[in-house]
Amino acid sequence: MNDEQIIEVITRMFREVFDDESMVITGSTSQEDIEEWDSLSHLRIILLLEKEFGIKFDIDRVGSLTSVGSIVQEVRNLVRR
Amino acid sequence: MGEMRELEYPFDSIDILLHQKKYRKIMSHKEHLEIKRIAILSGSTVGDLKGILELFLLNNNIKPQFYEGLYNRFFEEAVFHNQDLNEFRPDVIYIHTTNRNISRLPTPQMNEAEVMELLRGEMERFESVWKSLAEKYNCPIIQNNFDLMPFRVFGNADCYYVNGINRFIAMLNDQFSRYAQNHQNFYLCDINYLSAWFGLEKWSEPGYWYNYKYAMHPEAIPLLAFNVANIIKALYGKNKKAIITDLDNTLWGGVIGDDGPGNIKLGVETPQGIAYYELQQYLKYLKQRGIILCVCSKNEEEMAYEGINSSAGVLSEDDFAVIKANWNEKHENIVEICREINLLPESMVFLDDNEVERDSVKAFIPRITVPELNEPAYYRKILDQCGFFECVGFTEDDKFRTEFYRANIERENLKLKYDNYDDYLLSLQMKALVEPFTHVNIERVCQLINKTNQFNLTGIRFSQSELEHTIGSENNITLCARLTDKFGDNGIVSAVIGEFDYKGVLTIVSWVMSCRVFKRHLEYLVFDKLVEKCLEKGIKSIRGIYVDTGRNKLCSDFYSQLGFTKKEQTDERTEWEYLIYKDYKIKNTVIEVL
Repeated sequence: MNDEQIIEVITRMFREVFDDESMVITGSTSQEDIEEWDSLSHLRIILLLEKEFGIKFDIDRVGSLTSVGSIVQEVRNLVRR
Repeated sequence: MGEMRELEYPFDSIDILLHQKKYRKIMSHKEHLEIKRIAILSGSTVGDLKGILELFLLNNNIKPQFYEGLYNRFFEEAVFHNQDLNEFRPDVIYIHTTNRNISRLPTPQMNEAEVMELLRGEMERFESVWKSLAEKYNCPIIQNNFDLMPFRVFGNADCYYVNGINRFIAMLNDQFSRYAQNHQNFYLCDINYLSAWFGLEKWSEPGYWYNYKYAMHPEAIPLLAFNVANIIKALYGKNKKAIITDLDNTLWGGVIGDDGPGNIKLGVETPQGIAYYELQQYLKYLKQRGIILCVCSKNEEEMAYEGINSSAGVLSEDDFAVIKANWNEKHENIVEICREINLLPESMVFLDDNEVERDSVKAFIPRITVPELNEPAYYRKILDQCGFFECVGFTEDDKFRTEFYRANIERENLKLKYDNYDDYLLSLQMKALVEPFTHVNIERVCQLINKTNQFNLTGIRFSQSELEHTIGSENNITLCARLTDKFGDNGIVSAVIGEFDYKGVLTIVSWVMSCRVFKRHLEYLVFDKLVEKCLEKGIKSIRGIYVDTGRNKLCSDFYSQLGFTKKEQTDERTEWEYLIYKDYKIKNTVIEVL
């Protein structure tokens, strides 16, 4: 699975969680760009990613995944393992 | 009642966490919602619990407004002066605490006396919270009990050593239960059960506490919110009252007409037979709790009765208020059942294994609840987990509810013998006791007011503590009526709350009457008594209000029948006036007053 495909999945999740079909997500989108991306919606997204990819994030690192780029990288590492 | 399939049991927790915003938007257009102010005091992150609780309540036509306490300040916010909460004026307070909020746990070095001292201290701490809240806000309090710890210092012995932590939690839970047994307006949310049901290992996943101070796995939050919502909707009378069940492949396996009564699958002998047996056992418990059971089946009547009375099962014909076994369309039978027992379709749950029948009933009777039944082994689970019958009060009346309804059907049969309706009423030999609210009858009165939909002139719901305030109050006239006749005791079946103002006008704030006693002239007797009380107090005028709740059309014209004059009318509300004269003529002529 390449980065574009992962971003595609993440985009779908962001659109569902924030209920905004027009949301555009790129690797450089970060928590600062999306007002509603607070710690609660962050947790929702993490849970969904775990379910979608069958992975488990390292709890110590979850808090630092504040940009789409860092999430993509983490997902890629965990999926490969 | 609930309209969004996604929010009915069995729901998908992840889906709800994901789509909160979307579902809220869908339900934002709902009308006729009851607004309730709900305060959540918590010992951990509330977070999604609030949002998801809102969804489940909206789905049951309750629009919550929330007060969210500060993180882990439940004790201080309850016990000390709290201006914000005072101004919020909560209708319900939910105390969301978990084992993370036990202030001190036993250590292996403590002896039994020290552990008991610890237990007493912990109970005192929580009791001070409950007492302070009860005193200040006088509203229902919903309190979590405790989930077990995921670790066991003594291994298996943790559950019986005097200083075992999980034994300590079990003792605390027992004390919470005792408190709930002995205090009105106090309800437990059983997270001890919920965590076990969800799976304690996953429930206790530590990362969510470390990172977010969530006391449980976020996927457990919808389950918890659903349970809290069930308690709240039960408090406001939104429970189901009756189950209408199919027979073949629902109450037993096989088709009795084809297979023969001796060959149906029912009983403890065969694997499939047990599933139906256990469902029947569960239905019997519900019936003994006051849920009305009825049958609606396409069958030859004789065959149906043979199956129902089968000694291999648990139920028998006496457990059902109505049995319809014929070849009519099911929705026609259901409409007739609703009429015979005088309940609205929205109070009914229809059980049928056949999807075509379910869909057809839903199409013809949209307000009835029809759970999906797929595998017999899970019928009981669906009925149990759906929360339709959450209990917030169990009275003596409940134990004999089916018998009340059966007696009513006998009355109906008697009615057919009389041409003159008054003759029929006289033949019932009715006697009634009408008295003010007292501490003895208040629990039943509260249940009656909050459960009654059809004959309910204002639709206002009251908590028990609100009602207790009217007892002996100088500003109120309260009346409740108990009716008996030759078929038995109907129990307390009507209640009125009048409130007078400085001008000497009595306003009828609430007037309800159970559907069990419609058209028995009890309403006339109650009015006679009300007028009598007014005359005693020198009140000259009664103001009646009718508010259209969508379910009480039946009594829209009631005040006019009593001789009131219409004063004001808007879309949903009509105001009426009745002037009392000294020569008031008694309206009831058929009920003997005790």
